[in-house]
Amino acid sequence: MSVSTAVEQKGNEPLQILAPDGTVVRPDLMPNLSDDQLRDLMRKMVFTRVWDQRAISLNRQGRLGFYAPVAGQEATMIGSESAIDKEDFILPSYRDIPQMVWHGFPMYQAFLYSRGHIHGGQIPEGVNVLMPQIIIASQCAQATGVAMGYKLRGEKKVAITYFGDGATSQGDFYEGMNFAGVYKLPVIFFSQNNGYAISVPFEKQTAAENIAVKAQAAGIASARVDGMDILAVYKVVQEAKERGINGEGATLIEALTYRYGPHTMAGDDPTRYRQSEEQNEWEQKDPLIRFRKFLENKGLWSEKDEEAVIEEAKQAVADAIKKADEYPKMKVTDLIDVMFETLPDYLQEQKAEYAAKESK
Amino acid sequence: MAQMTMVQAINDAMRVELARDEKVLVFGEDVGVNGGVFRVTEGLQKEFGEHRVFDTPLAESGIGGLAVGLSVNGFRPVAEIQFFGFVFEVFDMVASQAARMRFRSGGRFNSPITFRSPFGGGVKTPELHADSLEGLFLQTPGVKVVIPSNPYDAKGLLISAIRDNDPVIFLEHMKLYRSFRGEVPEGEYTIPIGKANVVREGSDLTIITYGAMVHTSLKAAEELEKARGAKVEVIDLRTITPLDMETVLASVQKTNRAIVVQEAQKHAGVAAEIIAQINEKAILHLEAPVLRVTAPDTVYPFAQAEDIWLPDVKRVIDAATQVLDF
Repeated sequence: MSVSTAVEQKGNEPLQILAPDGTVVRPDLMPNLSDDQLRDLMRKMVFTRVWDQRAISLNRQGRLGFYAPVAGQEATMIGSESAIDKEDFILPSYRDIPQMVWHGFPMYQAFLYSRGHIHGGQIPEGVNVLMPQIIIASQCAQATGVAMGYKLRGEKKVAITYFGDGATSQGDFYEGMNFAGVYKLPVIFFSQNNGYAISVPFEKQTAAENIAVKAQAAGIASARVDGMDILAVYKVVQEAKERGINGEGATLIEALTYRYGPHTMAGDDPTRYRQSEEQNEWEQKDPLIRFRKFLENKGLWSEKDEEAVIEEAKQAVADAIKKADEYPKMKVTDLIDVMFETLPDYLQEQKAEYAAKESK
Repeated sequence: MAQMTMVQAINDAMRVELARDEKVLVFGEDVGVNGGVFRVTEGLQKEFGEHRVFDTPLAESGIGGLAVGLSVNGFRPVAEIQFFGFVFEVFDMVASQAARMRFRSGGRFNSPITFRSPFGGGVKTPELHADSLEGLFLQTPGVKVVIPSNPYDAKGLLISAIRDNDPVIFLEHMKLYRSFRGEVPEGEYTIPIGKANVVREGSDLTIITYGAMVHTSLKAAEELEKARGAKVEVIDLRTITPLDMETVLASVQKTNRAIVVQEAQKHAGVAAEIIAQINEKAILHLEAPVLRVTAPDTVYPFAQAEDIWLPDVKRVIDAATQVLDF
């Protein structure tokens, strides 16, 4: 197995490039990013934080439906998505809406997905993402098929699939990694380990030392990364992608992160299972604080820049929710129409029944 | 025309489709160099190469996941589940993923997967090899389920299944694999999915059936004619979802009497759905209630009890007699 610099580090210590105070602790692993690219990473993280705050608020107002908060996980989501190309394919979990949107999925459609509208799954042509996966770890096994397709066609592309720490207890997590290992497929298995699967802490998922070691069971490479450090996340994913397109196979990445909010907006109360000290401790490691310091030290970010992004994000959310509001309501006939390419008799009959009701 | 067993006909269908469309991939446990545990994929890897016909690790859910991923990336997977009793391992991928792909994406993606799998009793297999689980998928929106009863249908229906742009479960009855040969045309031909076949014409009673029970029902029909001159019509459904109710209802309207014969347990299979639809749409044509011939509602039996458990010719004759004499 080839050993690259960031992937396949040994030991339990996660890779860190930026220390919490914003200083560079591993200049040798610094990803090669222009000033504009660095600023863009910050812009996307701030934008996503504001979007998350707005989404929670819109959910409370009843203007959004199912929503899984993302605050705290901006570096894992944006660092990883930024390190792949638009041609690469994302298989997200239900929390990974930001990666979908930064990969080209329109925000108003993400809002329609949240509300439970057919148009929320109609991914535009050319946007290489699947709909958010509700069945935990199913996407891990499906990523192998997408990647095998690229390999069979000789395309230099990867599939990246996202899941949490709880998902690593599922059979499909192991099966997906194992298939990817056997066929040497270009898959990036990206685990966002935020320490909890709803109320169950990681220690109750497994007695394994960490998630990264589980790659050994499948014979694939792995890396452990500080998920509050966007540059470290970027670097590891970039290398995992290179390994994939160079025929070196799959990589499991464990990114250590934290969600500040509840598991979902469907009534979960994290104060039942988490201490406030723990939350405070993680808030000190906030990916935005760290990266902001780094950029400010380089003269690449100012309060004015930040305010501009905040305004941009608020406006984008407002525009998207308006567009979602204006989208036509669904009819039963719309649902019937997307069941099969050609409707069988029984669905044609039912479509006629509902069409008659709908025309009244 | 060649005389083929059902195994050979299914093999021939895959060969035709592998040659015709390079997006077709055949994979599963032992389907490669071994040619499958029933030799259904014999010779295919040698002819088309390891990138088209290949073995997988022993993990049904992984096989289903591979198929789903390939299907959204432009391929046409023909995935084998070694025995259909193992479908529970891959239930999510079939029922929650492939079956819902077109719907969830509002038509943006689809999963043109054929899940091939042997099932069926009478050959004394160990546990969870022979169970008739097709009824689970009658209750799963988004899939089609095809169950051929002879070599000719098997080839034409499998070619249709592979070409279908939605997921199809293609169930192959183990007892029918090599029990007889039939005429099978060379090259490609298709049989439409969702179309039943009237395999014996009659005017006194309709038997609606599928799979191995087609042959049991045909024998019962012959004996009923010999014993009491009853003219029994036998319908081989061939597809159990979507059901060809047009053919079923036309027959029931002609004969006014019907029974449904299935190998599955009474609470399983498709008999209840067919009877419900006959009640809804043809009650005024009925001279008698529609009865079911099924297996008892126990777990699939220990091998030595198959003979007393599986529906047989006598049980079909008994039910038919009750309906004829009602």
